[in-house]
Amino acid sequence: MPLEFEKPILELEKRIQELKETARTTGVDLEAEIRLLEERLARLKQEIYGHLTPWQRVQLARAPGRPTTLDVLEKAFRDFLELHGDRAFADDPAIVGGLAYLEGEKVVVVGHQKGRDTKENLRRNFGMPHPEGYRKAMRLMDLADRFGYPLISFIDTPGAYPGVSAEERGQAWVIAQSIQRMGRLKVPAIAVILGEGGSGGALAIGVANRVLILENAWYSVISPESCAAILWRDAKEAPKAAEALKLTAQDLLALKVVDAIIPEPEGGAHKDPDRAIQNVKEALLRTLEELKALSPEALYQDRYRRFRALGAYAES
Amino acid sequence: MALERLFRRKRPSGENRDVPELWTKCEACGAQLYKKEFRENLYVCPKCGHHHRMSAAERVAMLADEGTFQETTRLAPLDPLGFVDTKPYAERLQAYQKETGRKDAILGGTCAIGGVPSVLLVMDYAFAGGSMGSVVGEEIARGVERAAAEERALVIVAASGGARMQEAALSLMQMAKTVMSLDLLWAKRLPYVSILTDPTTGGVTASFAALADVIFAEPGALIGFAGPRVIRQTIRQELPEGFQRAEFLLKHGMVDRVTDRRQLKGELVRALRHLHPGVPYAPGV
Ligand SMILES: [Zn+2]
Repeated sequence: MPLEFEKPILELEKRIQELKETARTTGVDLEAEIRLLEERLARLKQEIYGHLTPWQRVQLARAPGRPTTLDVLEKAFRDFLELHGDRAFADDPAIVGGLAYLEGEKVVVVGHQKGRDTKENLRRNFGMPHPEGYRKAMRLMDLADRFGYPLISFIDTPGAYPGVSAEERGQAWVIAQSIQRMGRLKVPAIAVILGEGGSGGALAIGVANRVLILENAWYSVISPESCAAILWRDAKEAPKAAEALKLTAQDLLALKVVDAIIPEPEGGAHKDPDRAIQNVKEALLRTLEELKALSPEALYQDRYRRFRALGAYAES
Repeated sequence: MALERLFRRKRPSGENRDVPELWTKCEACGAQLYKKEFRENLYVCPKCGHHHRMSAAERVAMLADEGTFQETTRLAPLDPLGFVDTKPYAERLQAYQKETGRKDAILGGTCAIGGVPSVLLVMDYAFAGGSMGSVVGEEIARGVERAAAEERALVIVAASGGARMQEAALSLMQMAKTVMSLDLLWAKRLPYVSILTDPTTGGVTASFAALADVIFAEPGALIGFAGPRVIRQTIRQELPEGFQRAEFLLKHGMVDRVTDRRQLKGELVRALRHLHPGVPYAPGV
């Protein structure tokens, strides 16, 4: 399903296609017209994709076909061995993780997992974890520490699941514990925000030495819709909230909430997932190389200082 | 995140216009209460036991040993995102500052609690729903650092709708900052006691408030991650009776004790004396 703001592009593409078809079947020379339209298409793309609003980026971050954690694991890593369960209550399909190789490096991977179709999305609860999901994540962090392997996390969740069962099982408690557990890692930790970075449910696996973000992903304390529902009393004002929340990659880089932006193919990662995943892989390898020089204690201190420094206030 | 209460009509605890000034009404059972007695009873209704909200300053007076509290909180908020919704954040801040006489949603300092040297940090629900932005996060981190440096116990009284929306990702980062700072206490074996009051939700519950050595909750306090309205919208069902109340959390194993406010200081002192390595063995003191 095309995104609303992309419709002029798709319409133009369709017209070019039709014209080419006509030229082929009738033998009429339409090359000049086609070239003209193609030039116009290039300009239109530049105009739209080159000036994406925060709300348009939020839509790209949610676009079907955008690479998920498992897609990245499949294409950028080798020999992924998925591990299941929290050893206490259940296995949460909204968080996946396990052991993998990144080029020559043994790593532990954990990430939110959205479904790639409606059926899978229901099973994975749209990437909204329950407490058992975060307990599984903590297990994997333990594993990374125990064997000295880097921890790589992929963030893509609208938020931790807000439901009765999640509250009964201590959603707030496990998120706090997961933040603490990840903060205490003595191995390199890299987080990549792939799509949506929704609040504490995202941060729970985001306490990394370096936080990277895909160009059109978002990360904030609340979704634009929920923010609009509270502050504007109308969820339809989400585009305004997206603007106000400064949730885009560029804004977050300026605030030092993220350390680097990973470029996406024109029109978003879903237009060319392989290219996007390759970019993620290259960024991970670069960042890992940088962190490998640090001792376990230095890695902990580096992470501590990174988060200790965030915030804006006035001494008085 | 759950700042939904912020925009409801404000009502200072126990005030009610229908009755003469000396009297007030219990919010829960409607009993007529003599204000002076009500205050002396720590805003707990003597008829039904309902715990009304109280101000940060009254909390400090209730928990710190008399004459020992020295305020250390001093930071003022900025508007790092230039946030504007139906009103600019900067204007909202000014209004809250005028209303509460406080720069932001936290009052903290050093004191003795039952003789135990402590850092006491109290969130102020009257200021922007007690929400945690950069100032609250930084004051908590500094409070923890002070406790560690001066070998004091840490006591935090939480009352918060969660992270402050108008500082967006920076508010979110305060969760990591505050949680990580607690490591300083771990390293020095200093106790941290958290007191959850009505309401404690969102990014405050899901960070430092949940990670104390001992967690007290006040009776009837709303405590959780997501706000009840959000949950109701998600599951499209009415919520079970008592859901997310202190007693519910005790039953599900999330808090150590649900303690009546009138016994809270006594129990807090016992916990601190048990835990603080600098306090000699002295049962029943
Ligand atoms: Zn009453």
